[in-house]
Amino acid sequence: MSAEVTKTANESRPSNLSRQRLLRSLLPAVSLVLVLLLIWGFNPRAISYFGLNLMLNLAIPIALATIAQMCVMATNELDLSIGAFVGYVACVTGTFMATEPALAFLMLAGGIVVYMLAAVVIHLRGVPSIVVTLGLSFFWGGLALLIRPTPGGVAPEFLTAFLSWQPPFVPLPVVLAIVLALSVHVLLMRSSYGAILRGSGGNERAIRRAGWSILKAKVAMFALAGFFGILSGMLLVGVSSSADATMASGYTLLSIAGAVIGGAEFVGGRISPIGAVIGALVLQLASSALNFFQVPFLPGGRIPQEWQVGAQGVFLILILAARVLISRSSSK
Amino acid sequence: MTDIALNQSRWHFSNWPVWLWSFLGALIVWVASFSLAGQGASGMLVAALSFAVFTVLVGLGQMFVITLGPGNVDLSIPATIGLASAVAMKVMDGQNSLILFGLLAALVCGLAIGGFNYMLIRLLRIPPIVATLSASFIIQSVGISYGRGLQIKPPAALTDFTFSRIIGVPVLTIAAVILSVIAWLVLNKTIYGRTVSAVGQNPRAAHFAGLSVERTRLLTYLMSGVLAALCGALLAAFSGGSSLSMGKEYLLTSIAVVVLGGTSVAGGRANVPGLWGGALFLFMVSTLLNTAGFGSGLRDVLTGLIIVIAIALAGSRSASR
Repeated sequence: MSAEVTKTANESRPSNLSRQRLLRSLLPAVSLVLVLLLIWGFNPRAISYFGLNLMLNLAIPIALATIAQMCVMATNELDLSIGAFVGYVACVTGTFMATEPALAFLMLAGGIVVYMLAAVVIHLRGVPSIVVTLGLSFFWGGLALLIRPTPGGVAPEFLTAFLSWQPPFVPLPVVLAIVLALSVHVLLMRSSYGAILRGSGGNERAIRRAGWSILKAKVAMFALAGFFGILSGMLLVGVSSSADATMASGYTLLSIAGAVIGGAEFVGGRISPIGAVIGALVLQLASSALNFFQVPFLPGGRIPQEWQVGAQGVFLILILAARVLISRSSSK
Repeated sequence: MTDIALNQSRWHFSNWPVWLWSFLGALIVWVASFSLAGQGASGMLVAALSFAVFTVLVGLGQMFVITLGPGNVDLSIPATIGLASAVAMKVMDGQNSLILFGLLAALVCGLAIGGFNYMLIRLLRIPPIVATLSASFIIQSVGISYGRGLQIKPPAALTDFTFSRIIGVPVLTIAAVILSVIAWLVLNKTIYGRTVSAVGQNPRAAHFAGLSVERTRLLTYLMSGVLAALCGALLAAFSGGSSLSMGKEYLLTSIAVVVLGGTSVAGGRANVPGLWGGALFLFMVSTLLNTAGFGSGLRDVLTGLIIVIAIALAGSRSASR
């Protein structure tokens, strides 16, 4: 029912608003094409089956973490623990999954339970999610360190087997990205309960008046975030074939940046799963692209390694600026 | 006072000020620590008072930012600490005569970062969380390329200053208390401070009341940057040199002390004394965990749990967004 309400509300808006929406939703895709073109321009051989495989290998765990972050952002909260959590999952996977699968699954399921508890605390106590999740980032980081004091471990066979699969024509990371984007899109954007879930951030009062529990919706979204975090950590171990407590500490910021590039906003439950996946790919490709860029006036002609993080920041700002320009030009 | 009383009514101590809880928590953990260690009560207190200074410095800036209302938070504080400390150490170059210039350079660096943050928020109309986050990406890179291989010892006079004491109390602590009193006066007695609270309670109402909302925002982000930079410079002197990851822990602590201290996370209501309670509490917790002899993994697990539990107890339903 609520899905219908949102739909009619959208249709009654002025047409320039819908055009603005269309432009904004195209922005991630356009930036993806731009980055690919740039890479192609500097090194045409990179845009090939194996080149893409190599460049996007690590993008899939990031895309999963970005989807997890997006689930939390849909409820107007923020998850600053996702990087530490993915590290924890990686350590559990790399240490126990091969030898004691039951224990590993139990520990991972425990992760989802903690995510759900965090949602309960955040909602019922009215405390900011940034502090709760920052606290939890210590919790996960500490647990990961207890499980795996030194880097190491082995990836379980089913993961390595799965990741070494080479589908015809389209590289595996691309297939995974498409499957991920479409399945989350159907789950959250096309199902009726998905509308309720997003409504917990969009219009809390309306959802409550319609008889749905905001608490349940938030807990469900956090559980989903935990689930995608687990997938992210497992794939990360599969890709890098060893585990380390801090291996995913950069994911927290990357996931927020990816979700924002993809069109998510911090208020109003406005999210875009397809955009989020593209956003994660764009960020990953942008940092790979840095290695290809030839800059004549720099020593060695390359952009130094330490500017990779900064480039991601600049990238984020550029995309947000483009978004502002779109809204300005449409509102005239 | 009524809103504070309302918040506290579930504790049945309705006349207790909200910041007392954080001090009480610090006291309990302190007693637990020195009973466990069997000694060193005063040493722990002095250490706590010294370390609390850095937390309170960044906490003050973060508190003003958070008081601006929902969504306002400065995530660039750790990066600012890292960059400003490197700038300060490089300008000072280990010489006592250059201390003032070094501090000044750090403060300018903080001002620039605060201004940059505000510019992003204003021009791109993005939530401060994303703005300060993007800024921190860039600041980190600037910090790495600027401070590469930087191993300059802080000037001896500045290090001595950070360790000096008057009647057993660290001078830094006294300075920070004075700064806190000034912050309290600014918050409660100046137009700027009242505007910060007004904007946090209702930005539209503040705007229609003729208050300069945007200038207040700008000043607040500038102040947060400057305080983080000052913290960075002092921290570098205190710990014998700058490092880029030095500010890392201050992301959590700057926000945690604000919330633990009773400042409303929904904005509009700040609490200066609570910052000290929160900062002392956090330091005492880490002392307790160290005294108990836990490994770093277990220590992190417990720190995280204690912070979440303390925040959950300190937070209030009425402060929900």
